[in-house]
Amino acid sequence: MKKQTKQQVFLLGVTFAAFFSIAVLFFALYFVARDGLGVISWEFISAMPRQRMTAGGIWPAVAGTVYVSALTMGFAVPLAVFTAIYLNEYASKGWVVRMIRLAIRNLAGVPSIVYGLFGLGLFVSTLRLGHSLLAAALTLAVMALPLIVSASEEALKSIPDSFREGSFALGATRWQTVRYQVLPLAIPGMITGSVLALARIAGETAPIILTGAAYFYPLIPQSVSEQFMALPYHLYILATQHEQVQLVRPLAYGTALVLLMLVLSMSLGAILVRSHVRRKRDW
Amino acid sequence: MVNPEAVLSSRNVSLWYGETRALNQVSMDIPERQVTAIIGPSGCGKSTYLKTINRMTELNSSVKIDGLIQFRTKPVQHYDVVELRRRVGMVFQKPNPFPKSIYDNVVFGLRLLGRRRKSELDRIAEMSLRRAALWDEVKDRLRDSAMGLSGGQQQRLCIARALAVGPEVLLMDEPCSALDPVATAKIEDLIFELKQEYTIVVVTHNMQQAARISDRTAFFLTASLIEYDQTKRIFENPRDKRTEDYITGRFG
Repeated sequence: MKKQTKQQVFLLGVTFAAFFSIAVLFFALYFVARDGLGVISWEFISAMPRQRMTAGGIWPAVAGTVYVSALTMGFAVPLAVFTAIYLNEYASKGWVVRMIRLAIRNLAGVPSIVYGLFGLGLFVSTLRLGHSLLAAALTLAVMALPLIVSASEEALKSIPDSFREGSFALGATRWQTVRYQVLPLAIPGMITGSVLALARIAGETAPIILTGAAYFYPLIPQSVSEQFMALPYHLYILATQHEQVQLVRPLAYGTALVLLMLVLSMSLGAILVRSHVRRKRDW
Repeated sequence: MVNPEAVLSSRNVSLWYGETRALNQVSMDIPERQVTAIIGPSGCGKSTYLKTINRMTELNSSVKIDGLIQFRTKPVQHYDVVELRRRVGMVFQKPNPFPKSIYDNVVFGLRLLGRRRKSELDRIAEMSLRRAALWDEVKDRLRDSAMGLSGGQQQRLCIARALAVGPEVLLMDEPCSALDPVATAKIEDLIFELKQEYTIVVVTHNMQQAARISDRTAFFLTASLIEYDQTKRIFENPRDKRTEDYITGRFG
């Protein structure tokens, strides 16, 4: 083959691959939207389910997902950010840090059902939290931890050492350097990473089934010790566990659409924050 | 053993990065209110020597140091590191202003010291910027980002930032190597001005610069101090063959 022909073929190949990936996303969106849009209404989002989940809305599942996600972030973000600060700013670059980092990387690859089992064993049983919002949030927090630690470490690493040196040379302590020079520049990256982790966590099903999500609990939780409904589990029930699966299929698609919109808008928000900060950044 | 006239004295200072020796038995006295230049080829240990003085080498945990470095009355290790770095300021090779306003850069060190009164901060900021010959260029845009300044202005801002906390010594690590000739000339003039009040140690790979601005010159080669004398003497009549070879451009 001639050089130019090879070039053409290769270009065609990579272009096709790129468009294929995008097409898959839009295809999925299209299918969910086609079958789900019909049931979407204000009532669907804001009403309690009725008549054995064949009518009414999904409000408890929306609220449950929002609650458990917010609680998860409340536990995970501070812990992850402090871990990242320790690893990147304090710990000397020895084998201990390498081991911790390796452990965190591996945590990110553990299947979510295993986290669920871990949460069931530790939070639900051993710590006697029971099937509850709290146990589920703690389990999801463990799962979110490696994601946010990695993102936060990346954010810290992107800050040039020359800023740290300049600060130290003026007599700043390590904490003052982190507090006044490093963190302000790293926070946008940490926020972006946390929101992307949040989007990931909000859609998790396996861990919460084992630790706190309820099959049917048409109430808004009043305390963290209650069970809760959640969008991904509700979707799973409507799609496979319901006694009239065919009848509630549109509701399943509607639930999927709401979950997808929730997650995509979070990702979009994170991307907007990132691009805004990148444009403003002058270093 | 230590020369009482000297602001900074080192005796037999050796330093290792892990297994690599970066300084070998360096002894030298640095006199007050003079410019001392340290020259030598890349990797000779000149920047490392500078960083041992204000203990910036401690940031690297693999560094081991042996020997004595005395600042004024006591060894640098006996100082609180915050006090040491306030009294011994540092300017880096690449200008490194913080991505904050010009004003916030200058007063950062003061705020670290707990100074909060606006009138005091304003006064010291103006004084420091004047001393760094930058005031006239920035007085109308103190709230603008320091990153919008030119490289030479950024470097003078870094000097102002160091001056603001009231140091006695300024360590400068190749302060002009990232600058154009005009900006370099300004910094050199500034160094000449500053030595009225400050003791200055400047590392440079530019021999003409050392000859122009310094009173004394130290020549480092492969981690060792080879020769240290009046600048005039080093450049006109060096004792050591290696010094002569280096300044006449035979290597390096």
